[in-house]
Amino acid sequence: MTSREKILSAVKTNQPDLATLPDVDFLLQEEVDVAEKFIASLTAIGGQVIAVENHAAIKAFIAENYAQPSRKITTVSELEDIAEYVEDNSANPHSLENVDYAIIEADLAVAENGAIWVSEDKIRIRVLPFITQHLAVIVSQKDIVPTMHYAYNKIGSTDYGFATFIAGPSKTADIEQSLVLGAHGSRSMTIFLMS
Amino acid sequence: MSEIQNTTNHADLAEVFNNDEARVDWHDETLWWIRSKRDVAVNKISNWEVLRETASQIKHNVLSNLSSYLQQFENNAMTNGIIVHWAADAKEHNQIVLSILKKHSIGQMVKSKSMLTEECHLNDFLEANGIDVIDSDLGERIVQLAKEMPSHIVLPCIHKKKEEIGELFHQHLGTPAGNADPQFLTETARQHLRDTFLTRRAALTGVNFAIAETGEFVVCTNEGNADMGAHLADVHIASMGIEKIIPERKHLGVFLRLLTRSATGQPITTYSSHFKRPNKGKEMHIIIVDNGRSIQLGREDFRNSLKCIRCGACMNTCPVYRRSGGHSYHSAISGPIGSILAPNLDMEKYADLPFASTLCGSCTNVCPVKIDIHQQLYKWRQVIVKNGYVPAAKKASMQIMDWTLSSPTAYHTAGKAGRFVLKYAPFMVSNKLNPWYKHRDMPEPPKESFGEWYKKNRK
Repeated sequence: MTSREKILSAVKTNQPDLATLPDVDFLLQEEVDVAEKFIASLTAIGGQVIAVENHAAIKAFIAENYAQPSRKITTVSELEDIAEYVEDNSANPHSLENVDYAIIEADLAVAENGAIWVSEDKIRIRVLPFITQHLAVIVSQKDIVPTMHYAYNKIGSTDYGFATFIAGPSKTADIEQSLVLGAHGSRSMTIFLMS
Repeated sequence: MSEIQNTTNHADLAEVFNNDEARVDWHDETLWWIRSKRDVAVNKISNWEVLRETASQIKHNVLSNLSSYLQQFENNAMTNGIIVHWAADAKEHNQIVLSILKKHSIGQMVKSKSMLTEECHLNDFLEANGIDVIDSDLGERIVQLAKEMPSHIVLPCIHKKKEEIGELFHQHLGTPAGNADPQFLTETARQHLRDTFLTRRAALTGVNFAIAETGEFVVCTNEGNADMGAHLADVHIASMGIEKIIPERKHLGVFLRLLTRSATGQPITTYSSHFKRPNKGKEMHIIIVDNGRSIQLGREDFRNSLKCIRCGACMNTCPVYRRSGGHSYHSAISGPIGSILAPNLDMEKYADLPFASTLCGSCTNVCPVKIDIHQQLYKWRQVIVKNGYVPAAKKASMQIMDWTLSSPTAYHTAGKAGRFVLKYAPFMVSNKLNPWYKHRDMPEPPKESFGEWYKKNRK
């Protein structure tokens, strides 16, 4: 008998009588001002939110705040004149090791915890939002949902090879519970909230 | 019936920890602070109790249908291009990891947090087989440099002072002696591990949730270390216990809301990464591990322990854990939940753990999936005593107690003697030679027993 058969048969013998799976759709009942809540949640976990009306405003913000020469990368075609444009997933992930600033677009954002959701087609190269020193994400105000239940409701059965929620800059408090931003992932997270 | 002479038991190890009272206070207060942060986060959620109940019921369904869910998960994962392995025990798990590395001639691996690999003692095994393993979670890296086990499942080096960490970094990473600034030490680890991430061809991660419906798995970190390792390596190995299954993707909404609020009071981890297919030209492996879990599933009184999502809330709230430290539990998973999981693996070796509790029930109250932890601790005590796995001293005193309680004369005499001693010579029992007093305060003695009072007053 293989280990697989052994495990499955032991589990089958020992599992209790079938218990019904509860419904979770009733949790879709949250009335909040999602934009306000999202800004509050993200700010509380160390991110910053910049309200913008269009891509020109994003370019102006970056020109003003990140003028110094640095390697900037984007997966947003509207920004290809201010950053290297990543069109597909053909680049070697190791080639991104010196990226300072990455600008990506989110599929949706969650008000209750400040998280944004990106799937592989939005980030192109899986390691991009992690390896970059600083991360900027464009979020459309209409894509903010109240809670994680709404987020998964919207994600539904979308197919992706990889997808992730990102909530703020990477962090650790492993040394005496002192919070330090910039553990292994990005050191900062800026959200361009587009109305 | 075997007599147990436990050389490593919780009480003795806790005594060592308790030698430094200032450190005990610091440990206690730090964990209580985290517990308080949990309360603040939880109170912001209006339907928290509904969420807990829902999570508990989902997990109940998982346990009741686990064999089907496991096969459904396996099927979908394989369709997604993931290579699925099954390991009956720790040894087989470790062998599978080694064989994957050997197949690719890989001698160095980077690992993110996985309590399962701690349970399997994977690092020791791989090192003995010439594989270099680097733990990439900062806390795990610190305990690895110190050649220790994590003392907490979420906060691996919660027992360490920053000065000790500064000294470790000075010795191993060449930082200036005496520098214990958390910001500086974290930055040093970032620089050092970035090079590790870029040069390792294999990365091992744990699994927080595996979704039967889609064959994908979710890994949660704050540091981003699991993603840095997995996306830069050619081979990604994910190790999971059979109980990590959840039925559908939408159930993540429930569990991800509960997990970090319970753990640290954060609304969610920085990264909650969903791995569904390997990247082109890369390999993704999942090792599904039993290692005693299917036996626990068959123990009606203890099967609920398999609902655990490893948030650590029961440790942060536990008055015994906070004052005895994680290492006193001499098991990969410490604290209240560890004390009901460990005896399943080895009842003799971990016979002491269910007794390392006041049964106050705080663990049960904070558990996000409503495991009846303190009741299971109490039930394990019965099982352990019935199987004869109690220390000789405890057994002898229980036998004296048995004799006293079954003889009215002995009972009355003992009661009188006890009250006399507690009243006139409390130092006779309230001293360090009395093992009972070491762990508990002695009570104020009543003036007379109920029997004596009744005799006087019944007229």
